[in-house]
Amino acid sequence: MTDASMHDAAPQNRPASLLTADARTRRRKAAETRFRLMGVAAISVGLLALVFLLTSVLGNGFGAFRQTVVEIPITLDEAVLDKSGTRDLEVMKKVTTIGYGKVIQKALEAELANRGIDTSAVKAKDVMGLMSKEAAADLRNMVLADPSLLGQTITFNAFATSRVDGFFKGRVTMESAKLDSNISPEQLQIAQAMHDAGIIETKWNWGFLTMSDSSELRPETAGLGVAILGSAYMMIIVLVLSLPIGVATSIYLEEMAPKNKWTDLIEVNIANLAAVPSIVYGILALALFINFMGLPQSAPIVGGLVLTLMTLPTIIIATRAALKAVPPSIRDAALGVGASKMQSIFHHVLPLAMPGILTGTILGLARALGESAPLLLIGMVAFVKDFPAAPPQGLMQPATALPVQVYQWTQRSDPAFVERASGAIIVLLVFLLLMNAVAIVLRRRFERRW
Amino acid sequence: MSVGLITLIVLGLAVLGFIYGRHRALSAVEGDARHLHSLPSYYGWSVFLFTAVPSLLLMCAWLILQPSIIENRVAALVPEADIAAAGSLNLVMADVRRIAGGIDAMAKEAGLDEAGIDALRADLSDIRGRLAEVGVALGSNVGEPILNAAREFRSLNASMRMAMAVAVIVAAVAGLVFAALRINPALRARNLVEQFVLVLLVSCSMIAVATTVGIIVSLVFESWHFFQLYPAKDFLFSTTWNPKFGGGSSLGIWPLLWGTLYVSFISLIVAAPIGLLAAIYLSEYATPKVRATVKPLLEVLAGIPSIVYGLFALITVGPLLRDWIAVPAGLGDSSSSVMTAGLVMGIMLIPYVSSLSDDIINAVPQAMRDGSFGLGATHSETIKRVVLPAALPGIVGAILLAASRAIGETMIVVMGAGAAAKLSLNPFEAMTTVTVKIVSQLTGDTEFASPETLVAFALGLTLFCFTLALNVLALVIVRKYREQYE
Repeated sequence: MTDASMHDAAPQNRPASLLTADARTRRRKAAETRFRLMGVAAISVGLLALVFLLTSVLGNGFGAFRQTVVEIPITLDEAVLDKSGTRDLEVMKKVTTIGYGKVIQKALEAELANRGIDTSAVKAKDVMGLMSKEAAADLRNMVLADPSLLGQTITFNAFATSRVDGFFKGRVTMESAKLDSNISPEQLQIAQAMHDAGIIETKWNWGFLTMSDSSELRPETAGLGVAILGSAYMMIIVLVLSLPIGVATSIYLEEMAPKNKWTDLIEVNIANLAAVPSIVYGILALALFINFMGLPQSAPIVGGLVLTLMTLPTIIIATRAALKAVPPSIRDAALGVGASKMQSIFHHVLPLAMPGILTGTILGLARALGESAPLLLIGMVAFVKDFPAAPPQGLMQPATALPVQVYQWTQRSDPAFVERASGAIIVLLVFLLLMNAVAIVLRRRFERRW
Repeated sequence: MSVGLITLIVLGLAVLGFIYGRHRALSAVEGDARHLHSLPSYYGWSVFLFTAVPSLLLMCAWLILQPSIIENRVAALVPEADIAAAGSLNLVMADVRRIAGGIDAMAKEAGLDEAGIDALRADLSDIRGRLAEVGVALGSNVGEPILNAAREFRSLNASMRMAMAVAVIVAAVAGLVFAALRINPALRARNLVEQFVLVLLVSCSMIAVATTVGIIVSLVFESWHFFQLYPAKDFLFSTTWNPKFGGGSSLGIWPLLWGTLYVSFISLIVAAPIGLLAAIYLSEYATPKVRATVKPLLEVLAGIPSIVYGLFALITVGPLLRDWIAVPAGLGDSSSSVMTAGLVMGIMLIPYVSSLSDDIINAVPQAMRDGSFGLGATHSETIKRVVLPAALPGIVGAILLAASRAIGETMIVVMGAGAAAKLSLNPFEAMTTVTVKIVSQLTGDTEFASPETLVAFALGLTLFCFTLALNVLALVIVRKYREQYE
């Protein structure tokens, strides 16, 4: 009976054959294709953004690993640098960097004249201005460390200033130099001539990884040494504190705790802590560790503690998942042969869950390594020139951290620091990549499927 | 004695205790472990735990309480006049600490002995100059009472340190002796140790609760301080933000909230559709191979630290938007803008939306899709009419969680959004957010007495409440509206 009424209601413009699509079908098919394409477009946008992000940061940063250096022979004149001739360090220290600067200037002028490079277009001071202001101090430190160099002629490598460096990396051009008070096109021409003569060249720069931060005026000598060390100290603290505490918490919640209001409260708490903005942890650290407990500002110990608190939820969540993945039969078997509950957990469940726990811990550490907002609040943005000592004293001394160093460099006006900041990002990303690779390898190799 | 050394001594004692305890238990039964209640090492562990744990806990408590006790004792020495002159007790105490540190440095570098320190007189010798020599810069000259307070601070510090070392080591030895004397073959050492470990496990899980309590207490406490110095009415209802460190600032939260919400809104406009469509494609259309490569790649976006996004906004996106859109359209000439921060943050949030939505879409039972296909619906119709409605609560939850991240995000807005507190609709103008202002009010040399600094805690409290509310809301929506299949 319904058959008849359906026939009546059927559309009149029914196509003759099933093989030709009618307008409605075509519309539906077109909608289907459109929807699919939207999905593809969304994914492409996401991936393109990733590629764009990485290329822009990496492209800017590679320059930081190469540095332009001026290489000249210098005769360390005894009559200037050690008038007494006694090689007494205390006496030699009286010669300031200005004295060494003059020695370098003389050597540079002699070398330029020797190579037939015409410097008449600029003042003598400006020729010297091609070199980093740090050069004189470097030479002084070198001589004071090894007074036997006096009287000899040594080959001295000095960093070129950031503008000359930028010129050979394409960041500074003749046009931009005209507007720049720190460098003139004439100076750049001399630099070019020196480059052609082989006195100036752009080399791989290990100093970027080992030197400490430098002042606003000499970006060419700024390095990541203190930041890497500070980050390493903090990671050690985070590892030492958050792994045992996280594992203990997880064991209690997953294996021991009775199901009641109190454990519910703890669980809700942990879930919420994972979602608290990182800057709020910074405020907590400032109020609790620095104001109340009186720990020093910018110290790795405070940074390590606050990052521990931030990492704990991540580690707890990962550890609980790893403990959950161990099948109950293992526990039952251990209990069956007479182990106590504690023994079954510590002797059997925990070792089996260890790969998962370690993977989660490494991922948590990677998160902590890239975190910067809370560190800004505990004073790690301070300018730190000196390396902190070895632990444990070093944990209380000022240091900085990789991501914070990036932030600090971006706040400076010289564009050379932007290149350094991008270079620091590369270092940070390499560390993150390594940690993630270790986590993946751990998971692949040791994870057991039950 | 340094903390590290004390810890080492305590641990050394504990290890000795372990060896002794094990040995004592075994020798009590003449080496035949079958007559012991527990395995021999449990006897050792019981001594180890009783030696190490109480004494180390005592040390931690001491280290936490010591500064405030010393502070109180020393603060009593500072005359009212000095407090009034410096503005607040905190400033005076900061000076006292600095001077004490300076005297320590003088003792180390200039070879000043204790008698020399006692002989220091503020009116006779140039303390400020001598402190400057060892690298301690003071804002004003040192008065005699302040110098005395600093001296007292030093000596109290030293004696408390010594007292702590003695107390901790005595506690360790007492624990060792107590536990060692209890050892006899009938002692239920395993139960004892396991009870102890259980207590340790419980107290570790308390740390999570303590962190939350710490966050709330510190935020509320300092905010309360702030509201005593600055009327809450102005903070909550004023539309100007203009901190002046001389006083007389207006600290209205609205410009900051507006900036925060505007940036978050733009970032969600970017992230929600892209993330959702990507999740739909990955879970419904993509072949397993495509899914296995694309999903981790998208999740890389979530693993990149926010400082990298900040730099991206600062050096690439900001100038790009300014030169290609804002300046030609006459909308502004600032490279840091709401749009810059919003776009970059949107990119960061894509994987948050996509991963969560992906899980939720996958949780919709296959039977529902099959039913829809059986009725003749196309794939996209099935998704739009069946799968998405079923997954909607979860997706809304995912977007709310992304919003809470956006509101709390700091580095991207610090580097990309600017610092000018404005109420404006133009997305190409620099605006500022709550998190930016927390950073700018709390970095640098801060003394916790002025409303300009303390306002950061009130801002932090606001931020905390906002994100907490969003998270709870997300949870409630997911729990309440989730369709229970199966």
